Amino acid sequence: MRFAGIDIGSRSIEVVVTENEKIVEYRQSDTGYNPLEHARKTLQGLTFDHLLATGYGRNLIEIEFDSPTVTEIKAYARGAKALYPQTSTILDIGGQDCKVISLYESGKIRKFEMNDRCAAGTGKFLEIMASTLGYPIEEFGAGALNFSNEITINSMCTVFAESEVISLISKGENRNDIAMALHKSVARRAISMLKRLGTNGSLFFAGGVANNGCMKELISNELELEVFIPEKPQLVGAYGASLLAQESYQ
Amino acid sequence: MSHDYRPMWSDLGLDLDAHDALLDVLGKGYADIFLSQTNRPKGMEYFDFVMSEVHGLRIKELLDEKEQGRKIIGSYCVFVPEEIALAANATLIGLCSGAEFATEQVEQYLPRNTCALIKSSFGFKLGKVCPYLESADMIVGENTCDGKKKAYEILDDLVENLYVMDIPQVKSTQGRALLKAEYYRFKEAVEQLTGVSVTLESLKKGIEIVNNKRKAVHRLAKLRAASPAPISGLDALLANQVFFYDNPERFTASVNAICDELEERIQAENGVVTKSAPRVLLSGCPMAVPNWKLPWIIESSGAVIVGEESCVGERGTRNVIDDSGSTIDELMDALVDRYFKVDCAIFTPNKERLNHIEEMAKDYKADGVIHYGLQFCQPYLIESIPVEKALDKKEIPTLRIETDYSMEDVGQLKTRVEAFIEQLK
Ligand code: SF4
Ligand code: SF4
Repeated sequence: MRFAGIDIGSRSIEVVVTENEKIVEYRQSDTGYNPLEHARKTLQGLTFDHLLATGYGRNLIEIEFDSPTVTEIKAYARGAKALYPQTSTILDIGGQDCKVISLYESGKIRKFEMNDRCAAGTGKFLEIMASTLGYPIEEFGAGALNFSNEITINSMCTVFAESEVISLISKGENRNDIAMALHKSVARRAISMLKRLGTNGSLFFAGGVANNGCMKELISNELELEVFIPEKPQLVGAYGASLLAQESYQ
Repeated sequence: MSHDYRPMWSDLGLDLDAHDALLDVLGKGYADIFLSQTNRPKGMEYFDFVMSEVHGLRIKELLDEKEQGRKIIGSYCVFVPEEIALAANATLIGLCSGAEFATEQVEQYLPRNTCALIKSSFGFKLGKVCPYLESADMIVGENTCDGKKKAYEILDDLVENLYVMDIPQVKSTQGRALLKAEYYRFKEAVEQLTGVSVTLESLKKGIEIVNNKRKAVHRLAKLRAASPAPISGLDALLANQVFFYDNPERFTASVNAICDELEERIQAENGVVTKSAPRVLLSGCPMAVPNWKLPWIIESSGAVIVGEESCVGERGTRNVIDDSGSTIDELMDALVDRYFKVDCAIFTPNKERLNHIEEMAKDYKADGVIHYGLQFCQPYLIESIPVEKALDKKEIPTLRIETDYSMEDVGQLKTRVEAFIEQLK
């Protein structure tokens, strides 16, 4: 039997189809202004027996496809537990939000925290700043790691940080140094959330921002953690949802 | 409903258009949140009726009372003793402050980062939409949190009849003496307002009426310990909200009638949810009408609220007054004893509140606690962290929510609350 999980975030939609807990197919697309329409399209042509939805838009799917739903907290916890069983802490930095989930040994959720009120500290922030500095997003982290001088960005707010960046550029600061400062400001937010919930030796890092090597390094150095990043960190929620689809069916 | 109350509202000086808008929102919200629930106790019909007439029939009753010489006193805090008002021929009404209104005007008087409750109390005044406020012969403020204390200084210029009561901040002998002195001062002020002196009999009677009202809500609270829960948290909250402005004796009878019905339901194991629905205790800032956002999110996510550790709830209604005293002073002492136990977060230290939360979680068999703090409310937000830590030690899952009256964060809150409820399953 094939089980599908769909994760409808505010910026992107991910679908994973699993058979015997292995991913057999996956898709990604933008959420756009009409999430239901985009979700339909993303699901089109996929074959599966049961579907489970998660993410901000889960309720749209619930009504349209009569599918069960779970929150992204539960979906990420489930996906992470399957991919990296020894983990007790999950960090997810996605396009529009950032969350930390702490698990009991059994895999049950102990505590969680989310920042979903503004773009500061999320992938969106990094995207905006990368484009202000003229980096393609994939090279932003590598650029930052090539920094030579330490500078600090004080603003957490995207709008103010951007004007701070512009004034640093006009002062002639090196672009890699500015990039590093921006990464540090995002990392600071995640680190303080991780500290509040407490960590335990290792960290599972999910979401699009996990692909950014500089973020990984900053977080693992600061907290002295072994950081595990799955192959496709954006798919963790959808993968978890597909596993939960299977469990809820059985 | 069919009756035209517009002349009455206009006589009270309400802004009729703004008031229509408020009633419209209120009516819609009520229908969506309350009337859409299934398997409600029959007795809730009374409260549906009260809500539909909240600015109509009840105001008319109050105005009729006034015509017969009674005075109306409005209050913003559970520290203002209704017993004394009743004993001196006055009716005490809790002023609600549970909705955002006239925000732009409010921000000409108060900084933006003032808690929503205080802002709302100004909004109702400035927007001229609260018939209770406009019928009141006396409005009682109290020195509780800093926000309220300073806001009353400003409110004093906006209303003609503000009376401010001082409230101690420490549960010491001196603190108790202050409260007693302030209750005597209040008694005299009410006597002056009504021209009626408080007697031993009238005070006893006042105590009896309010004790009965409290006993009825205690009875309701206990019945919610049953599994499956016989009444939704929203409906029980509504009863606790109506506590503040209904005629006390009628209220008592109506709550007792619901309790009779709930007892039968419990016998028949007829609940509003299944036995497996997670049970949540709500704790924190007061929830005044029509602030139903968080309870609605919680219960529409599949959990049931089994108690409110709140001033609109058990913190406000707990304990009755010993009415065996044989002099006014003995009764006043008993009254002070009861009120002095209210464990509002403005007190320091305030260990009693923490104990009470733990006790309630146990008594009502809650699977978890949701702590509700209004943004910018220092007393409760600061207490929420030690509360969470203490509950964590007892392995009671806790979720801290910080929000206000706007609807902007409903999506985010829903995700948090649903995730918390998944955690309880
Ligand atoms: S929370 Fe404190 S200030 Fe507010 S109503 Fe209760 S006792 Fe009064
Ligand atoms: S909610 Fe907090 S800040 Fe607001 S009036 Fe009550 S105690 Fe004061």
